[in-house]
Amino acid sequence: MNPKTLEELRGILGPHGLISSSEELRTYECDGLTNFRVVPSAVVLPESTEEVQAVVRLCHRERIPFVARGAGTGLSGGALPVAGGIVIGLARMKRILEVDLANARVVVEPGVINLEVTGRVAPANFFYAPDPSSQSVCSIGGNVAENSGGAHCLKYGFTTTHVLGLEVVLPNGSLVHMGGKTLDTPGYDLAGVFVGSEGTLGIATKITLRIVKRPECVRTLLAAFHSTNEAGAAVSGIIAAGMLPAAIEMMDNLAIQAAEAAVHANYPDCGGLLLVELDGPVAEVDALMAHVDEICRQNGAWEIRVAQSEAERALVWKGRKAAFAAMGRISPNYIVQDGVIPRTSLPQILSEIDQLSAETGLRVANVFHAGDGNLHPLVLYDRRVPGQEKAAERLSERILELCIEKGGSITGEHGVGEEKKHMMSKMFAEPDLETMQRVRCAFDPLQLSNPTKIFPRTRLCGEKPGEYVAHPLEIAGVAERF
Amino acid sequence: MVELGRAGTPMDAVAGVVPSLVFEPADEQETALILRDANQAGLSVIPTGGGTKLDWGNPPRKADVLLSMRRQNRVLEHAWADLTVTVEAGCTIAELQRTLAEHGQRLAIDPLWPERATVGGILATNDSGVLRLAYGSLRDLIIGVTLVLADGTIASSGGKVVKNVAGYDLPKLTTGALGTLGVITRAVFRLHPLPRNTRTLTIAAKDAADMQRVVLAILGAQLAPAAVQVRNGNVDILLEGTRDGIASQESAIKEFGTLQEGSPDVWKAREELWDRAPIVKFTTLPSRISAASASFSRSVIQATGIGFAQVPVGHDGDLAGLRAAMERDGGSLVILGRTQHDAWGSPGDALPLMRAVKEQFDPKGTLNPGRFVGGI
Repeated sequence: MNPKTLEELRGILGPHGLISSSEELRTYECDGLTNFRVVPSAVVLPESTEEVQAVVRLCHRERIPFVARGAGTGLSGGALPVAGGIVIGLARMKRILEVDLANARVVVEPGVINLEVTGRVAPANFFYAPDPSSQSVCSIGGNVAENSGGAHCLKYGFTTTHVLGLEVVLPNGSLVHMGGKTLDTPGYDLAGVFVGSEGTLGIATKITLRIVKRPECVRTLLAAFHSTNEAGAAVSGIIAAGMLPAAIEMMDNLAIQAAEAAVHANYPDCGGLLLVELDGPVAEVDALMAHVDEICRQNGAWEIRVAQSEAERALVWKGRKAAFAAMGRISPNYIVQDGVIPRTSLPQILSEIDQLSAETGLRVANVFHAGDGNLHPLVLYDRRVPGQEKAAERLSERILELCIEKGGSITGEHGVGEEKKHMMSKMFAEPDLETMQRVRCAFDPLQLSNPTKIFPRTRLCGEKPGEYVAHPLEIAGVAERF
Repeated sequence: MVELGRAGTPMDAVAGVVPSLVFEPADEQETALILRDANQAGLSVIPTGGGTKLDWGNPPRKADVLLSMRRQNRVLEHAWADLTVTVEAGCTIAELQRTLAEHGQRLAIDPLWPERATVGGILATNDSGVLRLAYGSLRDLIIGVTLVLADGTIASSGGKVVKNVAGYDLPKLTTGALGTLGVITRAVFRLHPLPRNTRTLTIAAKDAADMQRVVLAILGAQLAPAAVQVRNGNVDILLEGTRDGIASQESAIKEFGTLQEGSPDVWKAREELWDRAPIVKFTTLPSRISAASASFSRSVIQATGIGFAQVPVGHDGDLAGLRAAMERDGGSLVILGRTQHDAWGSPGDALPLMRAVKEQFDPKGTLNPGRFVGGI
């Protein structure tokens, strides 16, 4: 990087806010997806909105691409640096600025850790609902970029449901406010499109969150089935009975084995494990839980346990939340996939995954948010075996293609990032992607903010699609087309 | 082929402006064709569904073509086991709900005039209703959208699955955009089961302070009301769920004030405000509901902080002051109907960005010109 630019950055951030030595830069070469690596030219660690603005203005003036980074836990390479670009790390902006319990609002800086929000409001019986598995380390700014979900979004929605307002530094360095503490602010729902835009539309520097009153009770039922098909049928039964649990999670036998090896959650050794959580007023939950129990038994559950204490509940969830990391216990390497299907396609896609597994000789463990059809197949492989990594990547991608074929999505919560941008044109038609990029062009015409992510090809913002010249008679409806 | 347009009549007027031509395209392709041609010829297009809210927003700068979506009114796919529905924009809310009810489900909203209001219309105007306390608003329930842009591009975003973060969230961007970015031709929603039982309760508050106390007490308790609204000094509460669940919540709510058995009709109170125009929609924080209600003679305020009120006859002039006060407190005031004032108020420092979005989607200003915030 140009020494003058580095000097200017040092002037903005002070000596401790700039990283430019090549060893230190290496820390930032990837996020939670480690198979893509790019060393940035510089990393800045601003402590205020003004510093973010100053850095972005400089980038804009000098046409330097930049990538915002939260805790670096993302799983799609969203925070992967751009060659020749700057990484703007927001970990030092970690203040909780305001807690308004009467109105259930919390205003935070982007570097605040997800679980800290709940930690702050828990004494007053509130919680922050989005709960990605990485919630003890991931940042709210990163959650906003990825529109993070979690196990409980079946009932409570995603990050976007809980972000009411944003202060954003646009890619030209100007500051805008989207949404606010009140609902339905006049104008376009810019916050709605910003959340989940994976850092491509600017940098959020202040986030107004909605917090939720803790339900009177939470009960977690664990049911063991002979197969994932039986467990899936039970999920259908629960939905058909008109219930919307807070969470429904499923694990197959391989995932159970891994979780057991890692955290000893005391799961039954079964073909399909279902975890159903209901919350709300005690009387309501008790009545519905009896019904869930009955539906599970009708569908072949041979063991059912209901976590009675908070400690039992925590243990049940610990196994589920540790499932990804637990794969290390049963395989030297693995790929975490994130796809979505209409929930009813579950039995079909599982048998197709089985078949792919048999064909390739690679094991696939399955962990799902079963209520909303979000699959996390874990493709296990050994990097030391020649060709196996490539085969695993192919299998993993094939699963996404199956998701698309079933009318689903290539990502439910991990984002497109770097990893899946080539899949976007399989899921969307060209006009769909072109239309999305119009948003991009409005926010970031020079394409400086995380420029290489999400889209397989970037659209030049000056270019207008060819226009058709119509005959005046057609307009008047006098003549016909086709 | 595109059927002939007909000439507009005063019956078709949009906020007082009579369109020259009226088209009722049969499908997405025809919609695209009309838009593309109109756009090319520099004609403005006003999309419409049931026409119940055509006087919302500012009057259009011009209204050449009224584009009615009423013929595109099918429920395309109710995937009840997946709790989703794909529906065309011209389907009325009541018709959609009747279809969903066949499998014990609903779109968990309660917009105005459901027998006539359409899917596209409630999306464009972002009219959700009082159930948003429990189920979220339209922006939280829409999971996919198909739009026809001014240049005739047909584009889909989102999808048919509830959980999906692939690409930008255009369903949210177009919700509440008053048809200025594209014409919504179909939408996909996540659904909820119909409630097993419902019960409406009312607490008559002693005074404004008491009403505020009751609202915050209910919101602050570990209960799960489906809806709470403030109406003429009364606090209405809707409970949904099992009989046991409702009974236990009822006994908890008893602690906050004297309960009366409420009538389900109280939930029509918002609609009943329209016996006089104009109506304003204002937003405030839940803790300021009672202060906000003091500004109006007749209002219905949802516990989420969204209120609807009549403007006293001859008090149109006060709206500017009232709006300024609401905006100072972080809220807003939007006028739903024609007055001498701008309908929207200030969108704040994001207006240039909103204009840039509009410029990208509709550079010639074909769709609903001048009706949205800041003259968009």
